[in-house]
Parts: sequence; C-alpha cells; structure tokens
Amino acid sequence: MAEAETSTEYETHTYDVVVVGAGGAGLRAAIAAHDAGARTAIVCKSLLGKAHTVMAEGGIAAAMGNVWSDDGWPVHFRDTMRGGKMLNHWRMAQLHAQEAPDRVLELETWGALFDRTDDGLISQRDFGGHRFARLAHVGDRTGLEMIRTLQQRAVALGIDVFMECTVTELFKDVADDGTPRISGAFGYWRETGKFLVFEAPSIVLATGGIGKSFEVTSNSWEYTGDGHAMALRAGASLVNMEFVQFHPTGMVWPPSVRGILVTESVRGDGGVLRNSEGKRFMFDYIPEYFKSETADSEEEGDRWYTDKANNRRPPELLPRDEVARAINSEIKAGRGSPHGGIFLDIASRRDAEYIKRRLPSMYHQFKELADVDITAEPMEIGPTCHYVMGGVEVEPDSGASIVDGLFAAGEVAGGMHGANRLGGNSLSDLLVFGRRAGESAAEYATKAEQGRPHVQPELITSAEQDALAPFRIEGGGENAYTLQKHLQEQMQKLVGIIRTDEELAEAQQMLRELEDRATRLKVSGGRVYNPGWHLALDLNNMLLVSECIALAARERTESRGGHTREDFAATDESWGDVNLILTLGDDGHAVLKRQPLPQMPEDLRDLFD
Amino acid sequence: MGYDLSMRLWRGDAEGGGLEDFTVEVSEGEVVLDAIHRVQATQAGDLAVRWNCKAGKCGSCSAEINGRPRLLCMTRLNDFEETDTITVTPLRAFPVIRDLVTDVSYNYEKAREVPAFAPTPPDADGKRRMMQVDVERGQEFRKCIECFLCQDTCHVIRDHEENKPAFAGPRFFLRYAELDMHPLDTNDRRKLAQDAAGIGMCNITKCCTEVCPEGIKITDNAIIPMKERVVDRSFDPLVWLGSKIRRRDPSDERTEVV
Ligand SMILES: Cc1cc2nc3c(=O)[nH]c(=O)nc-3n(C[C@H](O)[C@H](O)[C@H](O)COP(=O)(O)OP(=O)(O)OC[C@H]3O[C@@H](n4cnc5c(N)ncnc54)[C@H](O)[C@@H]3O)c2cc1C
Ligand code: SF4
Ligand code: SF4
Ligand code: FES
Repeated sequence: MAEAETSTEYETHTYDVVVVGAGGAGLRAAIAAHDAGARTAIVCKSLLGKAHTVMAEGGIAAAMGNVWSDDGWPVHFRDTMRGGKMLNHWRMAQLHAQEAPDRVLELETWGALFDRTDDGLISQRDFGGHRFARLAHVGDRTGLEMIRTLQQRAVALGIDVFMECTVTELFKDVADDGTPRISGAFGYWRETGKFLVFEAPSIVLATGGIGKSFEVTSNSWEYTGDGHAMALRAGASLVNMEFVQFHPTGMVWPPSVRGILVTESVRGDGGVLRNSEGKRFMFDYIPEYFKSETADSEEEGDRWYTDKANNRRPPELLPRDEVARAINSEIKAGRGSPHGGIFLDIASRRDAEYIKRRLPSMYHQFKELADVDITAEPMEIGPTCHYVMGGVEVEPDSGASIVDGLFAAGEVAGGMHGANRLGGNSLSDLLVFGRRAGESAAEYATKAEQGRPHVQPELITSAEQDALAPFRIEGGGENAYTLQKHLQEQMQKLVGIIRTDEELAEAQQMLRELEDRATRLKVSGGRVYNPGWHLALDLNNMLLVSECIALAARERTESRGGHTREDFAATDESWGDVNLILTLGDDGHAVLKRQPLPQMPEDLRDLFD
Repeated sequence: MGYDLSMRLWRGDAEGGGLEDFTVEVSEGEVVLDAIHRVQATQAGDLAVRWNCKAGKCGSCSAEINGRPRLLCMTRLNDFEETDTITVTPLRAFPVIRDLVTDVSYNYEKAREVPAFAPTPPDADGKRRMMQVDVERGQEFRKCIECFLCQDTCHVIRDHEENKPAFAGPRFFLRYAELDMHPLDTNDRRKLAQDAAGIGMCNITKCCTEVCPEGIKITDNAIIPMKERVVDRSFDPLVWLGSKIRRRDPSDERTEVV
C-alpha cells in the first residue's frame, strides 16, 4: 500500500456551528446560524447546489391564501396530520403550517422568482392531500429555484462551504457537569482523500434521506442515511423509521430510468391514472377515512379543478400511500401497462400548450429519456422509493436531539410527517425547521462558550482507522458495488411497499450477513476521488439504517401510511398513539422501544371534529 | 436489445493520463452514464465521475462525449451506432482532478463576485407583487442547472487560462442579466458586468447557447441585451420585455455597484 493511502494527516477547523448538508434544510440552517452571529460552516458530499433539494419539482406547501383566501394554517395543519395518519408530532405540524408562508416570502426577498397569480402574487397549485391549491412553485423545477436562492444567499453572506467533503463520524466529550455533548466531527475531502477534523460545540445534521438502500428509487447516490446512522452512533434516537414513502409515480421504462420521479403536479394539474382497460381505477380505492372529502364520480372530480367550494377532490389526489397501494394492487391484478406500470394520462385532458408550460421538465424528461411525448400519449408509471418519514427524534421548537449540541432538520429529522408525508410539505419543512435548528444551534454554541468542547486525539485516530479500513484488507475482499446492489434488491423485495413478518425476519437475517461481508470490503485505487472507497464507507450507514427500518417495520403489526403489512392489513387504533424509538445498543445493533405519541392540546384537537 | 459497447474513457489525474479502452454490456434505452456506472461496478471501482439526479436536473455529470460538452445522463446510447466507440473525456476548460472529474472551483469563485440581489421593500401587507410577464425572462435564466458546459465551451477561456481572472463566462452573464431584469432589484450592475465580469470579451459566437442542456438562449436573451444595456444607458426595459405592464424604470433608481 502506497504511503499516500495510509497518511493520517488531517487539517483542523474550528467553528461554532457546523451544518452537515447543503440541501434546503442545511442552507437555511446555516443562514440562520450565521445571522445569529455564529461562526458557521456548511459541509456537503457533492458540489454546492447539487443536493437532492435541486430535484424537487412540484412546489412548496404554504397556506398563503393567494389563490384560495379560505386557506390558513389550521387547514394546512389538519391536512398534514390527516395525511400523516395522526402520527405526526402535533407541535411540528403546527409550527410548520404557521411559519411556512413567511419562509416562502423570505425566499422571494432573496431573489426567488415564483410563478405569479393574475394579481402578481405567488401562484399556488393543487397537490394530493391538500384541501386548497397551496404549493408555491416555479413550473416543475421548484427545488432548483429554492436551492439556488438559498445557495446564492449563503454565498452572499460569506458562509464557509466545504464541498465534496464527507463527514463520517461525530465526536463527543464530557462537559464539566458530567453530561456528554458534541465536540466536533470527522470527515474526508472527496477530491483528495485527505482528512479533516471540525471542532464545534453545535452540529446540525441536514443530510437528507435513505432511499439509495432500495432498488427502485428517485433518490441519488447521496441518500445513504449518513445522518441517521451518525446520529445513532452519537447516542441520539430515531423515530418513525418504519415509514418509508413510495411515491406512486416513478418512471418504469426504459430500465435505465426506472424510479426517476414523475411529479405529483401531473395529477395536480389534471392528469389521471388508468389501467390497461382504460379505467380510472382510483374511484375503486377510496378509503373510508377520506370518503367524505373525495369525489365519487369522474364528473365531480373534474369539476373540482375549477370549483373547489361545491365539489370534492378527485381520488387521484389522495395522499401518496393510498395511491401507491392502489397502483400496486392494479398491477398485481394483471391490469398493468406493458412494462409493469400503470398509465398516467394528461395528454387527453389538457392541451399541449398548457402541459408544456406547467410541466416543462416532465415534458423534457419523457421526450429525452423515454421517447414519449406526454402531450400526445400517456406515461407509464409505477411506485418508487422516494422519502423517509423517519429520522432523528428532535425537540419540535429547536430541532435539538437528545444529545447536547446535536440538532437535525429536513428529511433526516423525524416526527413532522408521521406515517406519511404530503407532497410539498418537505420543502416547507426544510425552511421552517432548518431555520429553527440553525438558530438553536447558534444559541447553544454561545452558551457553550465558557467551556468549549474538546476533541480527544484518540477519537480522531479511531475515526481514521475506520475510514482507511477498506484499504487494509488483505487477500480477496468484497466489492462495494456488488454488496450495495444486493442490499437494494433485498430491501426492495423484503422491506418494500407491502411487508410481512416472514419477509421482515428474512431481511434482518440478510442484513446480518451483509454486515459481516461489509467488514471485508476492499477498494482498489488510491484516495483521490475514489467512488469505490466512498461507497464502501457509506455502505455501513446504509446497513445500519436498513436494520432500523426492518426492526421497526416488524414491530408495528398494523398498516398505516407508508407502512403496509399484508399480515396486518388494517389500521389498528391501539397503535395510533405509539411511536417506535430506535437507539444503538452496546453490541452496535439497533434497539427498539415503544413510546407514547405526544398528545395535542384541546384547541387543536377541536380542528378534527 | 443488449450489445457490447466499446468505450474509451480518459483516466488519470493532474499529473497526466490517457484514454483507456473498455468493453461493456449495455441495453435498450440506456444513457452514457449507465455504461460508465457499469464499468465502475464491474471493471474499475475507482473510476471517478460526478452525478446525482440522473435526469438532467442537477448539472453534475458534465463531460465531453466524442469531444462535445454534454450531460452524461442525458446522452442516449441510441444516438450512436452500436458499432461506434464512445469516447468520454473530462471538461477541457477546467483542471482535471481525476478521470472524468474536474476542478470547477473557477465557477464558484465567479459566483462570489456577483453582488447580491437587493430588493425594494415589500408592499404594506408584507407581500411582493410582480407580474408573470415581468418574471418570465428571469425565470428562463434561472432554469440554469450550473452544469458549466457553456463555460467549458466558451473559446474565451477554453484554451486561454490567462483570460479567466477577467472573464466571468456565459453562465454568469446570465446571472448579471437576470438580476438586471429583476423587477424588484435596486442595483445597477452594468458597469461591473463590463469591467470586472468582462462581458466585452464575448464576441457573441453563440457556442454557449448551442451546448446549454436547458435550452437557455444565453447569447440572444442575456448577453446581447446586457451588452446593449452597458453601452446604452437610456435603454428602455419596457420595449425590451415587450410588456404592457407599467413598472418603474430601474435605470433611474438603481444604485450602481462596482
Ligand atoms: C425527484 C424528487 C422530487 C421531489 N419533489 C418535491 C416537491 O415537489 N416538494 C417537496 O416538498 N418535496 C419534494 N421532494 C422531497 C424533497 O426534495 C427532499 O425531501 C428534500 O429536498 C430534502 O432536503 P434536505 O435539505 O433534507 O436534504 P438534501 O437536499 O438531500 O441535502 C442533503 C445534503 O446533505 C449532504 N450530506 C449527506 N450526507 C453527508 C455526509 N456524510 N457528509 C457531508 N454531507 C452530507 C448532501 O451532500 C446534501 O448536501 C422531492 C424529492 C425528489 C427526490
Ligand atoms: S457567445 Fe460569448 S460567452 Fe458565449 S461562447 Fe461565444 S464568446 Fe463565449
Ligand atoms: S447556462 Fe446552460 S450550459 Fe450554462 S451552466 Fe447553465 S444550464 Fe449549463
Ligand atoms: S446527473 Fe444530474 S444532470 Fe446528469
């Protein structure tokens, strides 16, 4: 092994707040921490501006009332809780609904150019599960607008950015009063393979999701659950991990694009789902819970787009878990499309001009990648792993985890979305809780000023050893790409949309085996920009997070939101006030406990009568 | 259906390197990035390449395919004959880090030099009003995914490292123009565009527009109007936008930034 491969040199950087992640949540957190006076750094695995947030299409949910003046935070709050099957942390859902409008307006102050209403206000569009048209948007590239705006703001404020830099471990020390607390983090530059150490009292995790552990996914290579895993290893807890969202509409053909997202805006703007017999099958799948607010005829559904007061929403716009399950059933019943999907048709319902203006990137995506003209023919779509509701358990107002100095916001945080997230509620979540976490992290850091934490050298040595392990394997060794592929196939098959006890048990067994094989991961080449090495390190996180999902999914013997059990097909009210909390045991494996769901106060409860 | 594709991939680092031959099995509907990923997974685990979205949305996977700046994830294999050899090299205008990955920090430095957006105060209800027609041109420019293919292709810097300090490049002319056309911005960036960003060095060859995967008319809609604005202070944005909406004339009220 060449000397360069084993070098344990590292650079040290000192900050008040280190934000891990440069998506919407991380950027917003960093801006808030900076504005609160903290010396702040942002660290991210890709180049700045390339995080998942850039891919978001449909919009940002915020009850601004620009299109329907009856909208307001209580309605948004109610929609969010019902969409989440009442398992959301009520306080997060409340803060989210209350603060989202201000956060969107703030983006405009920083240069965002949203689509407008005829009065010149920010336009808002329909999405599944939302009572009113509520999503602020820019065509179908809203995430790009959001990340660019935040990125430009962060750059204008002069916040330090460490890009193409991966954090692998969090450090802790012990405060004078004996409590363990965050002291910093360890990482490597992807471009050089060199190590760095951050000394910081506050760390904000904004690392996004876990979707790369599944075979069919809308998520990129970045989504390996690093933040989830690092939080666990640092002593924090995860909540709601059994809830993984399969978005109903991902591309299915050609195989190369399988899983790539088709935005819900297609349905929000009038698109409908049909099976191979041409039938709008969603009318057969309206659950009791949503009957009173869902149209029961095509005519009523169609009228709703223009007259919301006197009609109910079409069933294509039920929350995502309902639609994904319905599609799954139709395909299973043999009424699928030629390539194993279902048809999503907007061509027969809206004119070509409208489609191109409202959905330009969908038009482009299908044209370029599938040779399909969506203004002339239906799309073939099927469910794709999209979002994890589960994440770090945080204190709603501050984003603080149970570990002093560790905060989380965005997709990596749990609680906000309960059992199922409504479309558009992620981008708003990033802004609302990114800001709150950034502010709290800054405040905590100034309090820690008297006794700033200290990174012990032996922790650094141990983190270095872990990072270099794949270079030190003698003999054969395992290939990271092969292992990852195996993990994805098995997770898809055993812990996918529909689950059973037997399969979940099999998944747990499979994960133990993969974990064992992962100790022998071996990489070729050097440390300079070596994706094989990067993947080998990320894989450990994927395995730990997958273990959490399987464990919690096996425990919850009911179906609710993003968790569907074939052997427990009904929603069971006795599970309605139970959260499953995961922590890391001494043996390095996840430990599960049940915890009562926080109960909302009377005045909010009244909204549901 | 499936066939064996011959590829030549540039491999190496800052010290040097060269083209390496690979044969990889590919199938219907795949893009160049799929083929590269298969090489990575089965033959060269350390092959360096950037990507994220795999759908033309993030601008990470820029490289040169048979000498042409393109997105790897949006270049379909059926654009080529099955017998063609596809050659992939890193962006030529930027220093190579490893294999297909280049050091694009030049672009991030140029981004830092653009003075920030400085809006007028909101209306009394805390909201801002802008008409769709007035934001449309800016929206066209904000479609930019920062793939930097236009920067790579622009001859002013492609083979002229010495021009880089004085030249922001088409992606950032787009940004200057976008802010300049923003209905609520209060800064006048014309002098800066001319002096520091070097818009004068552009001789409107339109090569940047040709490679833009977002189809942004960089030259016609951003650079040329910006150049005109720079020389002609009495320029009228009403005419420019072809809009009937009444608006204040920014050139009267804007503060010049230098
Ligand atoms: C195709 C698509 C469309 C979507 N459309 C919508 C929509 O219309 N509306 C909506 O509300 N939501 C939408 N979503 C969901 C939403 O985009 C995401 O949930 C959200 O962007 C996540 O943001 P984030 O800030 O939490 O994380 P991200 O934007 O994913 O950012 C994560 C950041 O963390 C960094 N990171 C991760 N691990 C590490 C590490 N170990 N070290 C250093 N850095 C690390 C990454 O590099 C990245 O910068 C969509 C998602 C997808 C995939
Ligand atoms: S038009 Fe100008 S900016 Fe664009 S490639 Fe030509 S010289 Fe460069
Ligand atoms: S203007 Fe076009 S080519 Fe240039 S960086 Fe933006 S998207 Fe890429
Ligand atoms: S991977 Fe995002 S543009 Fe190609």
